[in-house]
Amino acid sequence: MTITEARGGRRTGSAETGAGRRRGSAVLWGLLGVIVLALLWEGYKAIGPVAGVEFFGTSILPKTDDRSMPHLVDMLTRAVEPVNTSAGSPPVWIAVIGAALNSLGVAAVGWAIGSVVGFLIALLMQRLHVAERAVLPWLILSQTVPLIALAPVIVAWGGKIQIGTFSWDRWMSVAVIASYLAFFPVAVGALRGLQSPDTIHVELMRTYNAGWFRTLVKLRLPASVPFLLPALRLGAASAIVGTVVAEVSTGYKGGIGRMIIEFAQSGTSDPAKAYAPIAGAVVLGLVSAGIVALIGLTLKRFNRQEAAS
Amino acid sequence: MTDTALPTTESSAPGVPLAAISVRSAGKIFTVAKGAEVQALTNIDLTVAPGEFVSLIGPSGCGKSTLLRLIADLDSATSGEILVFGKTARQARLDQEYGIAFQSAGLLPWRSVQANIELPLELHGVGKTERAARAEELIELVGLTDFRSRFPDQLSGGMQQRVAIARSLAERPKLLLMDEPFGALDEMTRERMQQELVRICSETGAAVVFVTHSIPEAVFLSDRVVVMSPRPGRIVDIVDVDLGPGTERSDSLREDGAFFAGVTAVREALHGAPVTPRGADLR
Ligand SMILES: Nc1ncnc2c1ncn2[C@@H]1O[C@H](COP(=O)(O)OP(=O)(O)OP(=O)(O)O)[C@@H](O)[C@H]1O
Ligand SMILES: [Mg+2]
Repeated sequence: MTITEARGGRRTGSAETGAGRRRGSAVLWGLLGVIVLALLWEGYKAIGPVAGVEFFGTSILPKTDDRSMPHLVDMLTRAVEPVNTSAGSPPVWIAVIGAALNSLGVAAVGWAIGSVVGFLIALLMQRLHVAERAVLPWLILSQTVPLIALAPVIVAWGGKIQIGTFSWDRWMSVAVIASYLAFFPVAVGALRGLQSPDTIHVELMRTYNAGWFRTLVKLRLPASVPFLLPALRLGAASAIVGTVVAEVSTGYKGGIGRMIIEFAQSGTSDPAKAYAPIAGAVVLGLVSAGIVALIGLTLKRFNRQEAAS
Repeated sequence: MTDTALPTTESSAPGVPLAAISVRSAGKIFTVAKGAEVQALTNIDLTVAPGEFVSLIGPSGCGKSTLLRLIADLDSATSGEILVFGKTARQARLDQEYGIAFQSAGLLPWRSVQANIELPLELHGVGKTERAARAEELIELVGLTDFRSRFPDQLSGGMQQRVAIARSLAERPKLLLMDEPFGALDEMTRERMQQELVRICSETGAAVVFVTHSIPEAVFLSDRVVVMSPRPGRIVDIVDVDLGPGTERSDSLREDGAFFAGVTAVREALHGAPVTPRGADLR
């Protein structure tokens, strides 16, 4: 969908109710997806061969024994049992929520930093076309660096930082890596948004003798909102993924990424346990997208076309 | 803001009003890819008196929009001189001497009708209450009282165009520049808008340069019709139309002999030779 299409004289008297109905049906479709997934899981487990399917020595379908594919019921019951046998151990789901909130906090810091940096880069590229040509290739290149390679470097550099009473913490490395993933979609989306005003609008601002800054505030920023919101959502999802992966590769304890690894290591004896933090990570992604959507609601006025489509 | 160009004041005798627009042998050459050049305008001479309504008419590509953009300082002339109220076009733009409306309304989709009209006032630091009062006047003037807080996507094309016209009038400019503002409207809406425009302009006393493709439109609205021709864009004739004061122009005028005479004169100027009258073909 292009912006001009969406703007084209469309009457959206019932945009509000329409959007509400769409949101409702989105939830329904989501639930349906979960049910289909559950049916596939249990269905394959019921009819699939216990040893899995191999094709020229490569396993193309997983084994269906209880160790590789525990029953959904087992996962659920395991989730309400204590984490381990030691006294006072909390139920798994409580531990998962704790870890998820921890990761959410770190990811939020990463997302915020990444978004600000991404937006500033976009602003620079919009202001100076030279910068766009010079910076954009580097941005794209930056995203091809594998996270796993990045983590030890950032941890090592961070370890050297010691200013007064401030010292670098592990979680900061995680946040930096999360921001590294989050800034990219924001930079690209914001640039597209800032460049989205039609020539006629830009020329109109020129006839009003409005300089770059006022054109930015009155025209480019509001026009960028429909591009910025999806970019921020994408950035949030990237920040979560970045956090989960970075927790593992930096060795940061307390987050959901680390928990997935820890629980999976006890997999042979307790296979159902590992699925609770995995589900937690998925919910975390949804929650973060939801939070960004809430932020988007406050900017609804500038988002008439997205709200209407 | 940073511009220091002094207004070049034409030494005019006291009592003689300064021309709203004075174009002296202006030309515009566009350089397109690989150094190829397009001569869009050549040797344009035109003077528009204060309060005068002048239409530009001519085949597509004859440089009507270009001439308007030169006056608006959205492009700069490659030769000649363009003065607006005695100042350079650039200085006139910096001083906000004109209001402008384009073929597409160009409203900001996130602003209500009222907020769109207030935009230029807002940019120039007019206070909130004063802005609202001015917007109220203009909304009434263009007959959109019930649509004040609607958004552009909730308006018809004609209504959007009226908002754009109200916006161009917001700062009470003494000069209005309009590039086919009714180009996308149906004939009925168009005739109604013409009548409103002619009334608004004579009430506000603004000079207007109005680009159009329609001969009847040009004749109905104007005091003078400037006929242009392409390759290279130039003025071939200027037809005087005298249909009386704008406030008194009504629909019945469209069936008046003076109106038909004007249409014929412009047609002949456009075709470069007298056209033998055949039936009532006006376009
Ligand atoms: N930015 C530009 N770069 C190169 N050539 C241009 C540019 N703008 C206009 N021209 C050329 O200048 C000439 C006049 O264009 P202009 O838009 O002023 O015509 P017009 O009379 O407004 O036509 P229309 O009635 O179709 O709007 C055309 O030949 C066009 O190709
Ligand atoms: Mg044109």
